[in-house]
Amino acid sequence: MADAQTQTHKISSAGKMRELMTQYYLDALSARQNNKKVAWITSGGPVEPLVAMDIIPVYPENHGAMIGSAKMGESLCVTAEDMGYSADLCSYARADIACSVVKGGPIGGLPEPDMLICCNNICGTVLKWYEIQARYYNVPLFILDTPICHTGLSPAVENYVFHQLKEYVSFLENVTKTRMDPERMKQVGHDSYEAQILWQKILNTTAHRPSPMSAFDAFFFLALIVTLRGTRTAVTFYQELLEEMETRIQQNIGVVPKETYRLLWDNLPVWHKLKWLSDKFSSHNACLVADTYTSAWCGTITHVDEHRFFESMAKAYTQIYLNIGVDQMARQVLDMIDFYQADGLVMHSNRSCKPYSFGQMDIMEIVRKNRDIPVIMIEADMVDPRSFSTSQVDTRIDAFMEILSQRRQKQ
Amino acid sequence: MQDLIAPFHSAVNNVEATAAAIDKKIIGYLCSYAPEELIHAAGFHPLRLFSSQSGIVRAEGHLQAYCCAPIRGILEDALSGRLDFLEGAVFPHTCDSIQRLSDIWRMNTGYRHFWDVVWPAKLNTQSAHDYITAILEEFKASLETASGRPITPAMLADSIAIFNTLRSHLSRIHALALACPGQLKGSDFQALVKGSMIMDRKTAAHRLGSIVEQLASASGKPEPVKRVFLSGSMCDSPDIYTAIESSGAVVVGDDLCTGQRWFDTLVDDTIDPIAAIGKRYASRLNCPAKHAGLTTRSENILSQVRALDADGVIFVLVKFCDPHGFDYPDIKSVLDQHHIKNMVYEIDGQQINSGQLATRMETFIQMI
Repeated sequence: MADAQTQTHKISSAGKMRELMTQYYLDALSARQNNKKVAWITSGGPVEPLVAMDIIPVYPENHGAMIGSAKMGESLCVTAEDMGYSADLCSYARADIACSVVKGGPIGGLPEPDMLICCNNICGTVLKWYEIQARYYNVPLFILDTPICHTGLSPAVENYVFHQLKEYVSFLENVTKTRMDPERMKQVGHDSYEAQILWQKILNTTAHRPSPMSAFDAFFFLALIVTLRGTRTAVTFYQELLEEMETRIQQNIGVVPKETYRLLWDNLPVWHKLKWLSDKFSSHNACLVADTYTSAWCGTITHVDEHRFFESMAKAYTQIYLNIGVDQMARQVLDMIDFYQADGLVMHSNRSCKPYSFGQMDIMEIVRKNRDIPVIMIEADMVDPRSFSTSQVDTRIDAFMEILSQRRQKQ
Repeated sequence: MQDLIAPFHSAVNNVEATAAAIDKKIIGYLCSYAPEELIHAAGFHPLRLFSSQSGIVRAEGHLQAYCCAPIRGILEDALSGRLDFLEGAVFPHTCDSIQRLSDIWRMNTGYRHFWDVVWPAKLNTQSAHDYITAILEEFKASLETASGRPITPAMLADSIAIFNTLRSHLSRIHALALACPGQLKGSDFQALVKGSMIMDRKTAAHRLGSIVEQLASASGKPEPVKRVFLSGSMCDSPDIYTAIESSGAVVVGDDLCTGQRWFDTLVDDTIDPIAAIGKRYASRLNCPAKHAGLTTRSENILSQVRALDADGVIFVLVKFCDPHGFDYPDIKSVLDQHHIKNMVYEIDGQQINSGQLATRMETFIQMI
């Protein structure tokens, strides 16, 4: 019998996850037939009021990830460029805008929205992107404006965001012509809280050696906490996934056979190169045990009041990872390095995401000074493959792993 | 006339020397959303930061090459000591790049004062207006702490009056120059606007007043030249105006934050001053990093082009400027629908290729 640590058991929950996501998209695509409203919403936006009002949330960013994974990003981005959008703009936005026009992509385009919900806690790009789509589809747009907390959340910002959350509910009530049930909202808030706690626990399991899953798995399992947060479906699924991770820990099953190096990933995934990157790091016995991206959907759980969920949303949604100062982001990276016992940091300098990427060089220096671990920066784009040089990244990862290996030998 | 204009060119071209001659502590600011009246009323001298367009060396270690040239250039200037005359800086929140520059600046420079003025992204709701008032009050209080003295209503009223005078003069000069093209070169007018963001404001207002008088008394007939409208964020280069004029056209209007967007709309001096400053920002034409409606910017350009009887529009876009990049296809489409000829000119990096610029402008102007 093979040594448990060398086994490469697949994560069985992946099949269930695919089923749930397929069902979710089928529900969204057939919303009109079922007299349901569809709201497009940004990935960092508060989905819970939509769930509480039986509006189907659809995530163009999740769709962008699907386009990237399906390697359909380049042609859609080129289509957007033919429409006049610069190749320097966010590839999620370019791909989505093009998809709306040509009805392309892996699922033939998203279901048309009845309304758009844009929360700018992740970037200013979404504001422009949603303005474009609001004009294209001629549907109402609600902007939840969450001013950045460079050095902390001020009372003025919290008041402003809280006031807008009430405007958000009024907006939904106007569009749907129905009242929100406060009790239903409480239940959804509770389910959202529970799912976020579970998601954090799942991510925490990778602190174990060997890690039962990698950041590449987290990129995949993330979809539910983004799209179905606030539903029992998400809670039940994550309970099962957590159980599976705990079982893998008990059985000493690591996702990377002979896990030798543990790495932390920063920024969005390079969706079109996930498999290649996963194989590349695995070939060096390196496991990407955690990342700053997937933890964003549970990173502000300390600001969430389970019993007063709606009231606490202003604090929670305004202080997510991308809406804080670079020095605060660096502190979180250092905490993750410690918690997950990371030997190195892999930073994706993502041409599509300026608020995530600008400041990375300062974080890199802070990590080097405070933790003395190697850091590599990979130039790429989350969806557009034209910004990725396989041979260059291949060589750089080899060199990076060589440094890690030399350090390990000296210890 | 040139004697009156020369000091503005000098201020733009010799910022350090201009700053050295100012007997107030100097506060740099990043974009036109900096509430200059408050900075001025606190006894500081507000000075808009433009990239000196020197080579990027130190900023390479902080900002990737896909960050726009103005932001990288300003950081380079700060890190290499060219802005040592500053006492502090104000970062109004507009785009993602300024947002991150603020963090990098705070973490890597040692100026005495630092402020983020975190504007709302939307400007067209009551809650946003209330929030604007709240952040302006916070900024005022913080300036008072920094200067060690209160900003009295009289001080604020004086500052508002000076800035309103500057804006009124620039609007008047623009109108007079339009009535008689050729009296004032585009590059000169650009220097008047930019210089007014750098020089002592009272001095600038006085000199602009003299220019208004001279232009008002000048005689001449409008020449039959092509009329173009410039649209974009900032136009940092006088070469663009020169290339347009050399091709037989004049710039009759713009929506640049280094142009009309900076001096259009006065602060209402009949209402509460803080509310009035906020109201001006909410009511003037917005930067595309802000939301003021789905069609506000395209409608504005269309109405300006019609009012100014412009023959065409030149989009002057700074490479890697996302807000303008996202707006461009929609605005272009609106112009196309109305058969208004337009062209995009992208400013890439620090330098402008003058040969290519001249060819592009000549070709476009021949077409319109």
